Amino acid sequence: MQEEYIIKQISVFSENKPGRLAAIAEALQKSNVNIFAFSIAEASSFGVVRALVDTPETARSVLEKLGFAVQFTDVIAVRMKDEPGGLHQVARILGDAGINIEYAYAYSGREAAVLILRVSQAGEAISKIRAAGGSLLRESDLS
Amino acid sequence: MHCWDPRIETMPKEDLQKLQYRLLKTLVYRLYSFSEFYHRRMKEAGVHPDDIRTLSDIRLLPFMYKHDLRDNYPNRIFCAPHDEVVRYHVSSGTTGKPTVVGYTRKDLDLWTTSLARALTSCGLGRGDVIQVSYGYGLFTGGLGLHYGAERIGAAVLPTSVGNTERQIELMQDLKATAIACTPSYLIHIGEAAERMGISIKNDTDLRSAIIGAEPWSESMRTRIYETMGVKAYNIYGTSEISGPMFSECTAQQGIHIWGDIAYPEIIDPVTGEVLESGESGELVMTVLQKEALPMIRYRIGDITRIDDEPCACGRTHPRIQRITGRVDDMLIIRGINVFPSAVEHALLGIPELAGHFLIEVDRKGSLDDMIVRVEVAPEAFSDRINDLINIKKKVEHTLKSALNVAVVVELAEPGSLPRFEGKAKRVIDRRVI
Repeated sequence: MQEEYIIKQISVFSENKPGRLAAIAEALQKSNVNIFAFSIAEASSFGVVRALVDTPETARSVLEKLGFAVQFTDVIAVRMKDEPGGLHQVARILGDAGINIEYAYAYSGREAAVLILRVSQAGEAISKIRAAGGSLLRESDLS
Repeated sequence: MHCWDPRIETMPKEDLQKLQYRLLKTLVYRLYSFSEFYHRRMKEAGVHPDDIRTLSDIRLLPFMYKHDLRDNYPNRIFCAPHDEVVRYHVSSGTTGKPTVVGYTRKDLDLWTTSLARALTSCGLGRGDVIQVSYGYGLFTGGLGLHYGAERIGAAVLPTSVGNTERQIELMQDLKATAIACTPSYLIHIGEAAERMGISIKNDTDLRSAIIGAEPWSESMRTRIYETMGVKAYNIYGTSEISGPMFSECTAQQGIHIWGDIAYPEIIDPVTGEVLESGESGELVMTVLQKEALPMIRYRIGDITRIDDEPCACGRTHPRIQRITGRVDDMLIIRGINVFPSAVEHALLGIPELAGHFLIEVDRKGSLDDMIVRVEVAPEAFSDRINDLINIKKKVEHTLKSALNVAVVVELAEPGSLPRFEGKAKRVIDRRVI
């Protein structure tokens, strides 16, 4: 039941230097992969590019063929009201439940704003959010 | 234990050192009197043969370098009359002008004797069939091993290099028990045999291999034994000291340097000071009885250490350990000698890495900055930045304890560092001093 709300994010190891994001983006474009959201986390000389895409398997295989180290990571994507207090609503549910957010990024789309979260206990986060009337994206919503 | 010359090979250390001193003294007097080159060198260094009063006084004598041979091409520093030279070998000259080595009849005899002792110490002798798959010709490997193997009464199969399928057929038909070749050629033979449907282990009599002339490792030794059933022995030498001369014994705890033939020293490659026994540094060789092209304190450029403890085999002669690098590759970082081979060795033990690396050296202000770029193994990649930072810290810590110098590690994408065919260039030194 909860598994349908777990979404496969692709995480790509990248050196922190000009042109790396372009190389990743070009590869995805060539294989017709659409990116819904992405973020870059950086340490000194390297970073991790994280992205939600419509066809994660294709994205992974095309990037691995180019030599990139790629991993799938389980994340959840929560719909937020695109208005003041929207983020607070979601964050408060998780905070009250003692669930830690490892990282998050968001995009503001046509229907709603979406918050993508990597949390310590995904299953519990899903049930708390749904119990509070929140709405989560399924992987099928991306394709 | 079976020795070729038990009297010499098990001679008590004190007696061996007395013999070495006597040979050194004779050599130095002879060269001072008859070699223009060495006479001038000793004069310049302010040393007279009379100053050599103990064996360790050898350190008063000047070093000899590869460029001395090149500068005096082809034979200007030969010390024997022209008509006493009975053989020439010529080094390949991959790093510059070729160098020519000459041999008198006695030089050839000592070289062969040295190898006869070495091959005997590997358990070979009469009844063995030794396939010599080192190149015959100007290179010293083929002919050197050929005469050494004949001397011990083994049958020689002089196949030289190449035509691998034929080599494997002959190995089977003539029941070769040992092979002398480079480690890469041995592995090539193993793979070629497999393609021919022949198992070296089960379908041939091959049991030992005398391999050298290229760097190789303990893990290759294990691999050769497991896949081919062949016990591999390390052999050492360079054309300047005659050719391949010394090898491991069956104890495989280092390479015996026959003390009556050569005197090895380990020095600090920068200061030239002789290091304490057991310390790692540059190998310097004095060949004690050479006639045509004598070598005093020749700086071979290989990095190793000497183990002078008694060997399990009973022989008393000192052993050099595996070569861990070349002086030419050495970097000096904040006053500390760093060998790229030591970096490679330290990285081998870290499973999160893919094996490739690149060293970059810069000077920031007055300080040297050494960056080691390493490729993360795809399996070790984690989505969590912290995991990656921990890999970086682990590598930095490992290198710091291996090299005694602080190093900045940068994680690189798998496959992003340059790949090399043959000799790897793993250092970019951008320091402008």
